[in-house]
Amino acid sequence: MSRSLAPLIALFALAVLYALPAIAPRAMVQDLFGILTLLVLAMNWNLLAGFAGLVSVGQQAFVGIGAYAMFAAIILMGLDPLVGVVIGGIAAAIFAIPMAFFAFRLNGAYFAIGTWVVADIARLAISQWKALGGGTGTSLPKGTAKEMAFVDGIKEMLDVSTAAAADALTYWLMLSLAVAMLVASYVFLRSRMGLGLQAIRDNENAARSVGVDPLKLKAAVFLLTAFATGLCGALAFIQITRVTPDAAFSVIDWTAFVIFITVIGGIGTLPGPIVGVVVFYALQRALADYGTIYLIVLGCLGIAVMLFARRGLWGLFTDRTGIDPLPLRHRPPRAATPSHSA
Amino acid sequence: MIFIDTLAQGMLLGGLYALFAAGLSLVFGIMRLVNLAHGDLIILAAYLILTVATVTGLHPFVAVIIAAPLMFGFGWLLQTHLLNRVLGNDILPPLLVTFGLSVVIQNGLLSTFTADSQKLTAGTIEAASVDLGVVTLGVMPVLTFGSAVLVIFALNQLFYRTALGRAFRATSDDAVTAQLMGIRPQQVFAMATGIAMVVATIAALYLGTRANFDPSIGPARLLYAFEAVIIGGLGSLWGTLAGGIVIGLAQAIGASINPEWQILSGHIAFVLVLLIRPRGLFPRAND
Repeated sequence: MSRSLAPLIALFALAVLYALPAIAPRAMVQDLFGILTLLVLAMNWNLLAGFAGLVSVGQQAFVGIGAYAMFAAIILMGLDPLVGVVIGGIAAAIFAIPMAFFAFRLNGAYFAIGTWVVADIARLAISQWKALGGGTGTSLPKGTAKEMAFVDGIKEMLDVSTAAAADALTYWLMLSLAVAMLVASYVFLRSRMGLGLQAIRDNENAARSVGVDPLKLKAAVFLLTAFATGLCGALAFIQITRVTPDAAFSVIDWTAFVIFITVIGGIGTLPGPIVGVVVFYALQRALADYGTIYLIVLGCLGIAVMLFARRGLWGLFTDRTGIDPLPLRHRPPRAATPSHSA
Repeated sequence: MIFIDTLAQGMLLGGLYALFAAGLSLVFGIMRLVNLAHGDLIILAAYLILTVATVTGLHPFVAVIIAAPLMFGFGWLLQTHLLNRVLGNDILPPLLVTFGLSVVIQNGLLSTFTADSQKLTAGTIEAASVDLGVVTLGVMPVLTFGSAVLVIFALNQLFYRTALGRAFRATSDDAVTAQLMGIRPQQVFAMATGIAMVVATIAALYLGTRANFDPSIGPARLLYAFEAVIIGGLGSLWGTLAGGIVIGLAQAIGASINPEWQILSGHIAFVLVLLIRPRGLFPRAND
């Protein structure tokens, strides 16, 4: 029963999410935009750490470069913000090439700090970019949102203010990015390449022996997630409208939260980030008045999950119930004619 | 003349970075654990010294004698109750646990001591200097560098001249065989982390007397320490000192050109060394 019902529920939930800007207040749309941003980042980090074994603590590099490339496209080249977002993604992917060349020299655990150093280099280098405000950052020119493509149409359709229409547009784009990430991850992980990736994670030597090239696969995942992370960062900063090196390259905002979301939800599982982001949001709401306590709780939860349930809440759920709507396992091929196998 | 001065200051700064790095290097060498909370643990030690000094009215250099055993105990408990549980072939759990620890320590310090900058006051020694003719050096930086050399010398003696050091090396080479010889790896690891925390406390003493500190500066210290370890070559303690000096020199030279370039120059030196010599200047271990 659950197998036939699950897709229907998912479709209904998706329809509600897409309709939200038309039926819900603007504050809620903005809230959900923030959650979706973290979800997209978490899905990318999950692909890296949970499936490719690349524990990056430098994801803020791609968010920051995506954001800054988008600002450069708008302010220095006068392009449409949406074109800027695409440029942000491309810039992040291009940056990922030398970064991979460097960080892949560092084995296993040292890769983590290596990516962190590279992200810090990016932050410090961008702080020197005087045209975009240097260390103090810069804001989007006034009226950028108004001139963004499609905003006029949305404004008439929903009958709302320009700012709300811009919010709706960025929200829809982020939602679509999240859906695209989920579908793409599923298809990718079920594909031959994804199978190879999981084989490497489980036993690299055995995987090599059957012809899987770990370096090629890992580099591919690193570049693709850099692109998606850059897109996400650029989109997020359209709504923030102001960029500074410290905010755009914040390790807490763009990497630590994302790591805890993925770990608590279930690292190495597809629905893990979705579960994690819901828990994260609930915690944030419940502990909003207690300031730093909330980060302490988050850190302790992450540690507890690693100690007692390594595949997170989603892993616990599938282990207990046996329900897994997005299975990544391939069923073994059935023996076609058992009678001959004597 | 100014250039020679820059070089001298950079080298002495390298001593501080070597102190940051020695504990990290030790722990990685023995149990292949990359402790992402190392920088925050140094800051924690700095606050511990500050608290001891404030409560008892002792000089920081005396307060460290009380703080160091406390940090040793903390390191011991951390290893036996938390880190030993996640060591294994999978690199993910120890990384994520120490990353969680880093965030917990940072915010724990933030809620206890607020975000205000603090400093350990050491009195007149802070401003004292010695004139060497060519350059004039501060007594504190010289003391820092001397302590770094001493700490690394002591760790090397411990490693190669004592029964505990033999246990360290044996466990590092092959934990299972070491176990057959009556060594308990879990105990050895706890000892190593405890010693690393003592070194971190010494590093914290100099960090706190030289400059201001606040709860948020841990991760940057982790990055410098990490760079020193990698530049020096994994498994070599003297290499770690050399790595610290490389970072210190690069930062001092960068800062002398443009103060905004200090940290960036250190990072770039690290990248360059790694591109030219992927296994560091004095490689020993294989991973």
